[in-house]
Amino acid sequence: MNSIRVKKFDYIIIGAGPAGMAAAITARAHGLSVLVLDEQPSAGGQIFRNIETLEATRKSEFSKLGQEYESGSSLVRRFKKCGADYFPDRSVWQIDNNLQIHHVSASASKSNSAISHCQAKRLLIAVGAMERPMPLPGWTIPGVMPCTAADVLYKSSGFIPDGEVVLAGSGPLLLLIGCRLLDVGVHVSAFLDTSMNGALLKALPLLPKALRSHKYLIRGLSLLWKIRKAGIPIYSGIQNIEALGSSKLEKVRISKSGKFFDVKADLLLLHNGVVPNVQITRNLGCEHRWYDVQRYWEPIVDDWGNTSVDDVSIAGDCGRVAGAAISQVSGHLAALETVFQLGVISQAERDKLSQPHHIELARHNHVRPFLDKLFQPGKKWLIPENDKTLACRCEEVKVSEIRETVRMGIKDPDRLKSMTRCGMGYCQARMCGLTVSEIIAEENKVSPEEIGYFRVRSPIRPVTLGQVAEID
Amino acid sequence: MFKKQYESHETVSIIFEGKKLDVEKGLTVASALLVSGNTVFRSSVVSGEPRGPYCMMGVCFECLIEIDGIPNQRACMIPVRDAMKIKRQQKNKE
Repeated sequence: MNSIRVKKFDYIIIGAGPAGMAAAITARAHGLSVLVLDEQPSAGGQIFRNIETLEATRKSEFSKLGQEYESGSSLVRRFKKCGADYFPDRSVWQIDNNLQIHHVSASASKSNSAISHCQAKRLLIAVGAMERPMPLPGWTIPGVMPCTAADVLYKSSGFIPDGEVVLAGSGPLLLLIGCRLLDVGVHVSAFLDTSMNGALLKALPLLPKALRSHKYLIRGLSLLWKIRKAGIPIYSGIQNIEALGSSKLEKVRISKSGKFFDVKADLLLLHNGVVPNVQITRNLGCEHRWYDVQRYWEPIVDDWGNTSVDDVSIAGDCGRVAGAAISQVSGHLAALETVFQLGVISQAERDKLSQPHHIELARHNHVRPFLDKLFQPGKKWLIPENDKTLACRCEEVKVSEIRETVRMGIKDPDRLKSMTRCGMGYCQARMCGLTVSEIIAEENKVSPEEIGYFRVRSPIRPVTLGQVAEID
Repeated sequence: MFKKQYESHETVSIIFEGKKLDVEKGLTVASALLVSGNTVFRSSVVSGEPRGPYCMMGVCFECLIEIDGIPNQRACMIPVRDAMKIKRQQKNKE
């Protein structure tokens, strides 16, 4: 067998979104050797997905995506020129204690399925966020998707939804994507608003601070206004949403004030906020805590993004979710810390260079507590009221089965997993993990903080035995 | 479920369930099948219920499909290639 050839770098960054790209630029400016591994075929992350191709070949769509998206071009250009080694299409499937990283092609086929290895002095996790799964009856029927799926198809392929579209959920991203659909002439037949009743009142005490970043608020209000002006029927105070159809979505059943009614639909786009992707930080054993306002797990970090594990830090939305602008700032900060830790600059230099970023961070952070409170996910949409709803899509485990197991005295997510198979499928609990913590916590009348989360083991991504066997 | 906004300029031919499809070069397998009106990619390994793409970004593993004889490939992560043979994954065939 061949022994492993390991290429060494000062700094390895996982993720080529706003945070990862910003960190690479700063680290390279101080002369570090940098490797960026990213699972997608091109740089930009989900927010600036496919940005280079769109700008070069489909100008009209590029400009339709708005100023924030356009702002990504200069970042991608600077990243591409910064001198970092950049490997797209790589899935990281294992990270050893000595920061040796094993990765494989994300679009693996016979020809390019071999595993590669590399080792870092310091590691940055910048893998971003994902949509919080919104389990409801029928959500496995083809034609039910999270709203970002429509965004991906638009940015990568220029496709737009065909037929009747129903939007359901709450959060700024749903408003943004909803408005984009209206801009390109998609027919939205209903907007099902699941935001918490009274959320605005609860968020109001945070408004004065938020007004200091009024740009965000004006943008949010204009999105809401656009949806109202378009004359789309908006339903709020909904009790239940159910997707109906067999091999394809046919209609969405809504229950409101004890009455049912159906809306014909070809596509149901769901959204219940965005949550950090903690698969890698969990796997590495970083400490996490429960963020109660937005109800998700986040790695515990200091001002520089350092986690509880030596030489591992995070930047961007795989920590507290804050959007593209803050992600870039946190990327620059994490890189400056690494440049300091590796002895290239002094602590005083680090502090001086990071000052503008800290100021920027403070400015953005004025509005975030308000938005987090305003778009707090409603409990009804975290744990489905209908017990027959599938919590685990891969192994088809119902909410009722999880409840029954918990009532047998099972409090530990991992024990529940071995008893029900919930979380054992291909997605490795990415789709059911939060729901499981929520259900166990609710049954025991405690916070998910006390319950914890599934232990995330390697491989972080499924790999074939054949691929692993190539390692000595 | 989804449609194109303009005509494709460069295409490749893929074979889905024995049927030839001309699709735009550069698309992922998932996008190419969806825009051709194919929404069911496999049947669930537990109940056999039909499943299709969900997240479109490599997270959920719903779009698993057989490509050139290799099963369990994420269709949303793999670009189409000329003469690629794609098949649905059926529960009873496992």
